[in-house]
Amino acid sequence: MTTVLERKDYLSSIEPRWCPGCGDYGVLKGFTTALAKIGLPREKIVLVSGIGCSSRFPHYTQTYGFHSIHGRAPAIALGVKITRPELSVWVITGDGDALSIGGNHFVHLMRRNPDIKVILLNNRIYALTKGQLSPTSPKGHKTKSTPYGSVDTPINPVSLAIACGATFAARVPGTDNAMMTDVFVEAYQHKGVALIEILQDCDIFNEGIWGQITKKSNRAENTVTLKHGEPLIYGEKQDKGFRVKGFDLEKVDLNDKSVDRSQLLVHDAHRADPTLALKLSMLEFPKMPYPLGIFRQVDAPTYEDEVSTQEHEVARKFGKTDIYNLLHAGETWTVESDDNWFDMPV
Amino acid sequence: MCASEKAQPFETEPSVAGNGMKGHPKELDITTIRFAGDSGDGIQVLGTRFASASAIFGEDVMTLAEYPAEIRAPAGTVAGVSGFQVNVGPQDVYTAGDLVDVLVAMNPAALKSNLPLVRKGGIIIANEDAFTDKNLEKAGFTKNPLENGELAAYKIYSVRISHFTTAALERFGLQRVLVERAKNFFALGLVCWLFNLPLENSLAWIKNNFSKSEDVVKVNSEAMVAGHNYGESTELFSTSYIIKKPERPRMAGTYRYLNGNSALSMGLIVASYLADLRLFLGSYPITPASDILHELSRHKEFPVTTFQAEDEIAAIGAAIGASFGGSLGVTSTSGPGMALKTEFINLAVAAELPLIVINVQRGGPSTGLPTKMEQGDLYQALWARHGDSPIVVLAACSPKDCFNTAIEAAQIAIKYMTPVIILSDGYIANGSEPFRIPDLNELPQMRARFLTEPEGFQPYKRDPVTLARPWVRPGTPGMEHRIGGLERRDGSGEIDLSADNHEKMVAYRAEKIERVRNVIPRLHVEGDPDADLLIIGWGSSFGAITRAVKNQNAKGHRVASIHLRHLNPFPKELGKILQRFSKRIVAENNMGQLWTKLRAEYLLEMERFNKVKGTPFGISEIEEKIEKTLGVES
Repeated sequence: MTTVLERKDYLSSIEPRWCPGCGDYGVLKGFTTALAKIGLPREKIVLVSGIGCSSRFPHYTQTYGFHSIHGRAPAIALGVKITRPELSVWVITGDGDALSIGGNHFVHLMRRNPDIKVILLNNRIYALTKGQLSPTSPKGHKTKSTPYGSVDTPINPVSLAIACGATFAARVPGTDNAMMTDVFVEAYQHKGVALIEILQDCDIFNEGIWGQITKKSNRAENTVTLKHGEPLIYGEKQDKGFRVKGFDLEKVDLNDKSVDRSQLLVHDAHRADPTLALKLSMLEFPKMPYPLGIFRQVDAPTYEDEVSTQEHEVARKFGKTDIYNLLHAGETWTVESDDNWFDMPV
Repeated sequence: MCASEKAQPFETEPSVAGNGMKGHPKELDITTIRFAGDSGDGIQVLGTRFASASAIFGEDVMTLAEYPAEIRAPAGTVAGVSGFQVNVGPQDVYTAGDLVDVLVAMNPAALKSNLPLVRKGGIIIANEDAFTDKNLEKAGFTKNPLENGELAAYKIYSVRISHFTTAALERFGLQRVLVERAKNFFALGLVCWLFNLPLENSLAWIKNNFSKSEDVVKVNSEAMVAGHNYGESTELFSTSYIIKKPERPRMAGTYRYLNGNSALSMGLIVASYLADLRLFLGSYPITPASDILHELSRHKEFPVTTFQAEDEIAAIGAAIGASFGGSLGVTSTSGPGMALKTEFINLAVAAELPLIVINVQRGGPSTGLPTKMEQGDLYQALWARHGDSPIVVLAACSPKDCFNTAIEAAQIAIKYMTPVIILSDGYIANGSEPFRIPDLNELPQMRARFLTEPEGFQPYKRDPVTLARPWVRPGTPGMEHRIGGLERRDGSGEIDLSADNHEKMVAYRAEKIERVRNVIPRLHVEGDPDADLLIIGWGSSFGAITRAVKNQNAKGHRVASIHLRHLNPFPKELGKILQRFSKRIVAENNMGQLWTKLRAEYLLEMERFNKVKGTPFGISEIEEKIEKTLGVES
């Protein structure tokens, strides 16, 4: 008997405790909508989080969950996935959690390519600790810990993931529930690691930090949405695009007679070479429109598959589970008599 | 001077002359042989082979491996000396030996650094060819000690090991490097001749171990046989020796020769088999624990899953994830790695998941003495966590005991849903001894049970006997739940930071670990139970303390000892045992860490006896301490 689950069936009985108006509510909605679309049984889902506002997430979904320690969710998630590959494992993290204290684990999770989905809620601030600089805060940003402005250069999560060899990397505005749901479903269907960066404001400590990108009225001019196989076109009138010039991407105006549409850059998320995806991820607003959507989606063997294939190969080669042979391997000798024997009491 | 575990074997031997005439081999009791040379000389192989051959021949054996801290210190220098000590005897060999009876020195640096360990009258076999002016200078000798009489107190056998190895292998016309490298096998053959050990097992081992290259098999086999023939046919050695046969037979069964790290690895595989769980090891390379990762990585067929993580933190994190998923999660490391794992150990305490954390201790603080043993991490194991965070701490006391300790740790971890720390150290990790392979039916029944019944399920509802919470595998329908580091509500496991609930949960976690006392086996009191003096030890000092107490009682000096495997919680009857003795000495390779905990828990006066030199206690050191305390002359 299969029961069809609705979105609300994936919500636990616990009332979320985020600040009023927090973008996290939207992500919870998008995530549970995606789960209902996928139709995955609840017991097959494991959410692992670290520390931060976003890391409370697992408490609010009716799934298995582990709310762990700061930055370390990828390590736990990998342990779950290697030993229980049949489970759908998701890491819920934030910019500080994933990229600062957990930077090392993030890097290695991306390069190993386990079938684990990482939802990174990027509000460019430490909010749970009430407003300090995060690794994605813009340079010059004034926060409680940087009253005269930050001198740190920020990290770009999508670029970092691609540079580490991530096989799936996407960026989604927290205000666009439809796009978020679609990307979550795509990420689920991708067999391999997936980074989904969610751009969201913290209304209390970093209000409007993404406003120029995520606000509906700004989307057309300030962002460009990546669609595999389609040219990169943006603008209110869909009259702007890109073409490749040397090692750079050049903005072009389609109203300009000298611009030929065939010169426009067509997005290829499946391209094995990550250079173009990386280049796109590095486009900076306001010099360039900010790209949104799926940057990269390529096939590669998953970590847990490689682990289990190797285990099976070794088992086939040397024979399966035999404790007797294990213990008796190598040089052994037998003692026959046991008269008067006594040994140390250990 | 105290009696060591052996008589002095070479003092009054008769000189037996004649070509090839060995006469009757002289019978020896427990004898200590030490092999030393440059770290590239193949000393560890040489020592291990000699120990194996002795063990297979029926002797009791214990070994100590010593590596230089640098990968390749400059050749010929004292810093680059690698050593391997074998203590061999008919029975009751509990340590790798105090003073060395036979030293095989492959170069001047090996002689220089090991001479202080050799007893007066002992045998030194030196590779004469390596005693060149350059090597002598590197080792800090101004003159050749083999020639100038400064070693008159010893029996010196100066053998041109390199020369004879090359001469024996010349006819094969093989590469010079290959031939020169075989000199350790020449030395092995020679020492096997000296101790009347058969070569068959070592020949078979060479064939098996170097099966990839016929040339290597050939040079090593031939070099070994040449070394043996050299001993047989020259008049250099006036006699050969044979280690006494055991008076009382060993326990019947099949034996193998195993070091502590291998025994731990075997114990973990067997424990996971008995528990019917997948074994998952998350680890990061660190001396002297890496061999556990190496050993388990070779046994993927069980299946054993090993994961070399990006750091110590991820290693334990993945192990905790595996435990959450329903496997037996294990992580292995040494002191600096333990420091990094601390936060995760605390998460396992709060999340109440089974986990085994192995610390193969080395000298600290910080990077400290990476290749030397110490028992300095007891405080760290017991208390290096924030909050009230009780944990089970076990210590293995010998190489073979690592096997049992691994199984016991798994039993406790699963039964009580708690992390368990196993303390081993560099001495027993790399030390080897014969290990009787247990029959599977001798081992405990410890099949793990997962809760699958959703009716009335609560993630923090405790078992009334053990206070353990239930273990539920993700994937079980209707039992989705959340765990984590934030304080949980008693029963339901929801986040609950309220005052009364927190106090209750702290008390539960403490009481749960207290109840582990109920499954701890009774303590054995060694020696005279009515003595006034009690020696208390833990971990790898077991052999030295036990042997010292036996020796002292044999001399009529009344003394007893107890050796603790369970460092938290302590065995139930420990307090009563301590009270029976008027004098108590806690002997440990640190400044008094067990001493602190014993005094704190039992409010009894105790003396501490400490050694922090990167080497284990010698039997004679313990005996001297006992005699001094008892006020007796030896």
